[in-house]
Amino acid sequence: MSAREQILQRLRQRHGGEIAVPETDFSVIADREWSAAEKLDRFQKMIESVHGEVHRVSEEDWLDTLADILQSRSARNLLVPLKHAIGRTIRDADRPDMPELLGYDTAIEHWLPKLFNDVDAAITSTRGAIAETGSLILWPNADEPRLMSLVPPIHIAVLEADQIFATFHEAIALQRWASGMPTNALLISGPSKTADIEQTLAYGVHGPKELIVIVIGAE
Amino acid sequence: MNQPTSHSDTPSAENLAAHGAVVQQFHPRARVALENPQIRRNFRNAMDGLMSKRRSAFEGWELETLRELGANIRQRALANLPDLLEQLEKNLTDNGVRVHWANDGDEACRIVRKICVARNAKTVIKGKSMVSEEMELNHYLEEQGIEALESDLGEYIVQLAEETPSHIIMPAIHKNTEEISELLHEKTGTERSHDVNYLTASARQQLREKFMNADVGVSGVNFAVAETGTLCLVENEGNGRMTTTVPACHIAVTGIEKVVGTMEDVTGLLALLTRSATGQHITTYFNMISRPRQFNELDGPEEVHLVLVDNGRSTIYQDDELLATLRCIRCGACMNHCPVYTRVGGHVYGTTYPGPIGSILMPHMLGLEATQHMPTASSLCGACGEVCPVKIPIPDLLVRLRRESVDGDSERPSNVRGHGVKRGHLEAAAWLGWRWMHSQPWLYRLGTSVSARFRKLLPRTMGGWTRYRSAPKLAPKTLHQMMAQRSSSVRPSARMPQSSNVAQRGNLS
Repeated sequence: MSAREQILQRLRQRHGGEIAVPETDFSVIADREWSAAEKLDRFQKMIESVHGEVHRVSEEDWLDTLADILQSRSARNLLVPLKHAIGRTIRDADRPDMPELLGYDTAIEHWLPKLFNDVDAAITSTRGAIAETGSLILWPNADEPRLMSLVPPIHIAVLEADQIFATFHEAIALQRWASGMPTNALLISGPSKTADIEQTLAYGVHGPKELIVIVIGAE
Repeated sequence: MNQPTSHSDTPSAENLAAHGAVVQQFHPRARVALENPQIRRNFRNAMDGLMSKRRSAFEGWELETLRELGANIRQRALANLPDLLEQLEKNLTDNGVRVHWANDGDEACRIVRKICVARNAKTVIKGKSMVSEEMELNHYLEEQGIEALESDLGEYIVQLAEETPSHIIMPAIHKNTEEISELLHEKTGTERSHDVNYLTASARQQLREKFMNADVGVSGVNFAVAETGTLCLVENEGNGRMTTTVPACHIAVTGIEKVVGTMEDVTGLLALLTRSATGQHITTYFNMISRPRQFNELDGPEEVHLVLVDNGRSTIYQDDELLATLRCIRCGACMNHCPVYTRVGGHVYGTTYPGPIGSILMPHMLGLEATQHMPTASSLCGACGEVCPVKIPIPDLLVRLRRESVDGDSERPSNVRGHGVKRGHLEAAAWLGWRWMHSQPWLYRLGTSVSARFRKLLPRTMGGWTRYRSAPKLAPKTLHQMMAQRSSSVRPSARMPQSSNVAQRGNLS
């Protein structure tokens, strides 16, 4: 008999018989009545409390903000999505105050050392955010691969102000996650950090040192 | 501290050998740890910080209702465990993830090795996984000539020091900055520094090289979702995401009890896990993996495996009371709040899982012969049970395991390994006598009055009891004698206070 059969058999032929199934009432984590403004304020407060940076901008001037952010960090380059409107807008603007623009257009095997050593910043879209915990929702895909939000020292995420959910519980229900999960889904709440050396916080231990959120339509 | 420190108190080597396995050396190790001010300070500081952070993270929450939800989600998952495991397997397989089953740690190690060999893998990079510690995977792989490197900063430090984690969430909590700086200097050539940012940055650099070159990534799993076939990982550093994304092959190892029904169930447990563990509203990353790299995707592993490990869990599953042990979501709050763990630290337990949860879990994995000290390493203060996010009645289970270790076979049938290991004929007979004496009033009175009269003859040292305490002294008169004397000498009104008397006295005072 295989280990699988042995384990399942032991579980099915339980000495104590059937286990009663308790009711689960999720209202304690679900019921939040926050207005759009309250959700945005809460999101900002929470993500700032874990070292995230938030910029509220309008549809018109977000490129100016992005250019300022990159210049203030002396970023030499920026990894942008090739198909998403964010990437297209940045490329089409062709601004002199932007650093060199890079695209993730080939499988990681072909450019791993360059991504790890030479890319200063990356910008990605988000699928929304969670107010309660100050979390960004990302579903990486072929246009915005998984390592884009992880390897470069600066991660800039673009969030639409009207895509902020009150809770994770609300987000998965309204976005119908149960009907199909992507290869990889992420909640990101702040830059990479550790407190493994004597409880002292240090940022950028493996992932980005900085997480900067540009909230569009919230000025 | 007022403890004797002479070495004559430490049991002799023969004595220890008589106790058997290494994991039984709890008491001598506890004495050493208690005398080490560095360890005491490190743990005290860390645990105080974690306790207060947890408290503030739950401010404004209906914590009891939330814990009730957490317990019910886990209990519901356990009630459907075999079905959920099959559903998980089916959905993961449909997603392209290969699922393996292992009866114990050795079998799980062999599965991991087989996958590595098939890929001709020479280096494995690891995210934090307590199940892999349980399997002693690193040791096994090294023996097979495969390098296994920890990437969680705390685990990396512990591995460089050739130690084991002392806390399930913060593996290197027993070391301070100076010790870590010295260790990194000695093992990796990092310049000595007290700057934590500098030390972290140099570890980042060293580990990035390793990530780029690793053939296989091994991670744990916090929740496995049956409905969607999703593996969820909680972390702050990003090493978990690196481990599960950069190498071409990802192997996740987990206990069979980690499965839950739906993503909705995950939302409830996640709200409890990070707040209970580190007082964070959420960790930096919550990583949900459902399939290997798809044909058009540009990164992620081309192969993903899940190894489901039993290792004693299905035995715990048989018993209605012990079943609650399997609700555990490995937050470590019970350790952070345990007065024993806080004083001696995790290494003293000598087991993969230390502290209160370790004390109710390890006896099932190793048997009570090897772990008989664990259920008694508790003052039964109840803190662990009060803070447990899934309401595991840890103190009750500690008492249950104490009973299991002294019960005779005739009393109750049991499938706890090592049942009755501490049972002694003399002690059993003494308690039998005690029981009989207490059910015979004349004998009880005779016994207590004789003891009171000859109380001076009681020895001043009573073995282990008086090592840290003074010997108990019997009163010159028994309670019965005192009551008899009192009722003949005091006024009748004060003898048996009626409700009116009580009220009156209350008014006067």
